[in-house]
Amino acid sequence: MTKAGLLALLSHWRRNPVQLFTLVVGLSLATALWSGVQAVNAEARASYDAAAETLGEGQFAQITSDIGTISQADYIALRRAGWLVSPVIEGRLDGVRLIGLDALTSPGGIAPVGLNDGAMTIDMLTAGVLFATQDTLDNIAEYGVQTVASPDVAPGVILTDVGTAQRLLDMPDVLSRLIVAPSRPLTQIPLGDVMPNLTLRAPQGGSDLGRLTDSFHLNLTAFGLLSFAVGIFIVHGAIGLAFEQRRPVIRTLRALGFPLGRLVALIGVELLVISLVAGAIGVGLGYLVAAALLPDVAATISGLYGQSVSGTLQLRPEWWVSGLLIAVGGTAMAAAASLWQLARMPLLASARPRAWAMQAGQGRLLQAGVAVALLILAGVLGWLGSGLVAGFGMLAALLIGAALALPVVLDRVLAFGAAQAKSVMAEWFWADTRQQLPGLSLALMALLLAMAANVGVSTMVSSFRLTFTGFLDQRLASEFYVYADDEEQALALRTFLETRVDKVLPIQSVEQNIRGLQSEVFGPTAHETYRDNWLFLNAAPNAWGDIENGVGAAINEQLARRADIDIGDEITFSGRSFPVLGIYGDYGNPIGQVIVTKTLFEDLFPAVSALRFGIRMDADDVPALAIELRETFGLAEANMINQAGIKAFSLSVFDRTFTITGALNVLTLAVAGFAILMSLLTLATMRLPQLAPVWAQGLTRARLGQIEIIRAVLLALLTAVLALPLGLALAWTLLAVVNVEAFGWRLPMFLFPLDYARLAGFAVVAAVLASLWPARKLARTRPADLLKVFSNER
Amino acid sequence: MNARIFPLLLLPVTASAQGFAGLGADSDGFSTPQEPAIFDFPSDHGPHDDYRIEWWYLTANLEAEDGTPYGLQWTLFRSALTPNGGEGWSSPQFWMGHAAVTTTDEHFVTERLARGGIGQAGVTAEPFEAWIDDWQLTGLDFDTLQMTASGPDFAYDMALNAQGPIVFHGADGYSVKSAAGQASYYYSQPFYDIQGTLSLPDGDVAVRGQAWLDREWSSQPLSDDQTGWDWFSLSLGDGKLMGFRLRQTDGTFYTSATWIEPDGVTTAYPDGAFDAQPLSRVSVAGRSVPTQWRVTLPDRGVDVTVQAINDAAWMDTSVPYWEGPVTVTGTHDGVGYLEMTGYE
Repeated sequence: MTKAGLLALLSHWRRNPVQLFTLVVGLSLATALWSGVQAVNAEARASYDAAAETLGEGQFAQITSDIGTISQADYIALRRAGWLVSPVIEGRLDGVRLIGLDALTSPGGIAPVGLNDGAMTIDMLTAGVLFATQDTLDNIAEYGVQTVASPDVAPGVILTDVGTAQRLLDMPDVLSRLIVAPSRPLTQIPLGDVMPNLTLRAPQGGSDLGRLTDSFHLNLTAFGLLSFAVGIFIVHGAIGLAFEQRRPVIRTLRALGFPLGRLVALIGVELLVISLVAGAIGVGLGYLVAAALLPDVAATISGLYGQSVSGTLQLRPEWWVSGLLIAVGGTAMAAAASLWQLARMPLLASARPRAWAMQAGQGRLLQAGVAVALLILAGVLGWLGSGLVAGFGMLAALLIGAALALPVVLDRVLAFGAAQAKSVMAEWFWADTRQQLPGLSLALMALLLAMAANVGVSTMVSSFRLTFTGFLDQRLASEFYVYADDEEQALALRTFLETRVDKVLPIQSVEQNIRGLQSEVFGPTAHETYRDNWLFLNAAPNAWGDIENGVGAAINEQLARRADIDIGDEITFSGRSFPVLGIYGDYGNPIGQVIVTKTLFEDLFPAVSALRFGIRMDADDVPALAIELRETFGLAEANMINQAGIKAFSLSVFDRTFTITGALNVLTLAVAGFAILMSLLTLATMRLPQLAPVWAQGLTRARLGQIEIIRAVLLALLTAVLALPLGLALAWTLLAVVNVEAFGWRLPMFLFPLDYARLAGFAVVAAVLASLWPARKLARTRPADLLKVFSNER
Repeated sequence: MNARIFPLLLLPVTASAQGFAGLGADSDGFSTPQEPAIFDFPSDHGPHDDYRIEWWYLTANLEAEDGTPYGLQWTLFRSALTPNGGEGWSSPQFWMGHAAVTTTDEHFVTERLARGGIGQAGVTAEPFEAWIDDWQLTGLDFDTLQMTASGPDFAYDMALNAQGPIVFHGADGYSVKSAAGQASYYYSQPFYDIQGTLSLPDGDVAVRGQAWLDREWSSQPLSDDQTGWDWFSLSLGDGKLMGFRLRQTDGTFYTSATWIEPDGVTTAYPDGAFDAQPLSRVSVAGRSVPTQWRVTLPDRGVDVTVQAINDAAWMDTSVPYWEGPVTVTGTHDGVGYLEMTGYE
């Protein structure tokens, strides 16, 4: 009996292959976008984890020194005072970051390199082994040290033993910092009694570089979720329709004595199989999406935040599982209501399919109520909430509320249109469109969300680009930057340069701990370059004047927000306190920054001398000077930065970011277009009874088809108009709420009307494409079919 | 502390399973103990870098004023990765420290690892100083020592005074470990009076008692068919007994023992004279470990039952083993220490 029941149920799909196709494709696309975005995120995170694990940052406390290095003798003295510290030395080898650790004392070993080979371990400890990704190894010269390609090491990093690192970096008996193991012996001597010149820093927790890039990932995740929501709309529609159309079959089966429980179970299993198949296809497609996106994401992140992400994708098992789970979960969510109705359906319920399309129209009042409640909630969260969760809660409430409100609003707009209609044809058009609205509303909601996401994300990215390039103009005010390797070279460089260029601006900086946050203190030469170009977000009156007189300091927005410092507050470093006179934007900088005048800086840190110089000169002469410096001083390419080059690079990074968002935009719009197509196709057969009388009164089939397209365009345009404010609200939330929480700085929002117009154009194109086939089908409907409507009525 | 790495260092390059902790590995390139053993003190209290493995191993049976028994361990192991090596960080010498305090119901253990060549750990013979991090065993000479160790949940600070001479095991300090002839240099100072303070989670406890310091070095102390050992150091009123049995893969044992008179005169016993048989086993750290033994040395009329004070004295260190204080009853009464390795 079970088999017979199953066959009866499955026959529905055989008779309605398009519906099955819609269901599978909708679910696959939803899963693909979701899992693709997740994969990109997971891959990038795995890269940071490798880096974080390497450095023990975040997890463990650290001991650092004001002068930047710690002697090996101090390390031993600390160990002998009961401090379970482990040495870290960092430096650059051929421009690649070299990190030396001691596997024996490091709390994490030299993770992520797994040491389970005795011979390798012995070699590493006694002779030296360099661990890095193959790409990184390809970039360094031969040092007579064994190299091992290790894919788990963070890209752009070489891991090795501390002794090997000291040798290669020519820094004998010097360490950069110490990692503190969590375990503390009972008789440990306080740090201040052993090494008063060293500082213990608490684990950095979430405030490291990885957290900065979280913002980028959060935006991608939001995009993924939206895409998934769009897909689930399609699935919900397809499943609802299938249930409605199978009512007669179900009633017959029940009447024949088929137990209800088994029927529900059968349908459940059927949906499970479909969702697993669609989920598997989706994960596969997601892999393709991710593989296509990842190189761009990797480039974007490394360009924006200096974090390397490996540009290759690994198939991670958790990714398969989460993809399938999300497909099954999404299907369950979409089918729950229908299954519930089926379970409660009276045995002899009407077998006639209800006007399924009208079903969505019922409870409209309730829907409007929920929509208003959600929009109010979004407002309240935006007004009162704080933190990332509130930000995303607000986004969710806003988007769902707006989607639910869409049919109600469209209905009112169409009613208004009908009231303005002058001709019979127009009146029929408005009324017919209104009548179709319930059937199309799910697809239109999907379109609304897709459009809003596009508006929101492109506004965010474009605002970011404008702000950032403006910032680069401000910050990289000099035409050329030169970095010396040591003080001797710095002095020679300066003497050499001063005769050749307009002005040499020494850039001297020192790392300081300000209110527990790692920060850099700069002492730039007082020059109009800075006065003109460094604009304050917030400042005391005559800020530059006072700073130049050594009365106070300016800090970047990151430091101000994280340490909760306002104008007029005092900050302390090098044993002295200074009032904060100005706060400036410092986009993309992960750490805090303080600016004091050059004379004050030299007073506070007499031992620090400038190794970097900003050079004001004719931009056209930069390449010639670079060649001269290379030939005269043997300066490496990495020691010279051409401002024009940086700007070009930054812009190329943004262009890649645009590629990603562009690709995601096209994908979401395509999904929404597909939803519209499927809804129209479904409606087409149902609507014959409404169209037949109009045809009979003289409207040609071709004209009916044209009207079909016009209707789709009208609805798409209306939806686009409504999506615009929603998208702008989304962008505002991303820039002013999410960005502040994740990055520590707020981005100004710019509007891009041309972009929005183009997007609306895309939406219309999608709607036209989606309605072409149904319209053509309608135009070719056999007159006999139309006539049949009348005979059937009798 | 990266505990996983140390066993890798003990395992030689080609080894897979060669005795407990790789002690049955080839001695290629390292010096090996030779007979007759000729010692040169105080320099032999210091390290012998040309041997693969060496230890300074101190155990003590302690009592609080109210009679509560405690056990204490302070051990420094030296292991050389290669026979010759560089300086500083490239040094092939590695150090491992184990410290433990055993009460009747708790066992506190902690471990330290260190690279040789950078001063984090080491031993000097004169004045005598053995240290790893903040732990030390120091004195102007080997007879009067100060000893400290500290972990996250315990610490101790002890003073030791030798009441008798150093004694030598086997043939004047050449201690044979197998029928195939593997051997180590092995001497002890079993006559320390010890007193000091234990810092435990419940507070400080003033204790005094007897301590036993073993010195042993070798390059291949086990043969490759030996899987572990059961080692006893017992104070029995009219004398002290050091005895061990090495377990072999074919189910047989290789035993050795030294009887130590109160004045330090020793009698060495060859394979078979000493015997130890498990009486009951307990489950510790997921392994079945015998913590009650019948120990016999018929030549001295010894037939005693050795019972662990705390069955759970498992050393959960990078090279795990059982080490704890015992009480002795039977023909002789007394206290001692039991060490059992190679129980998987």
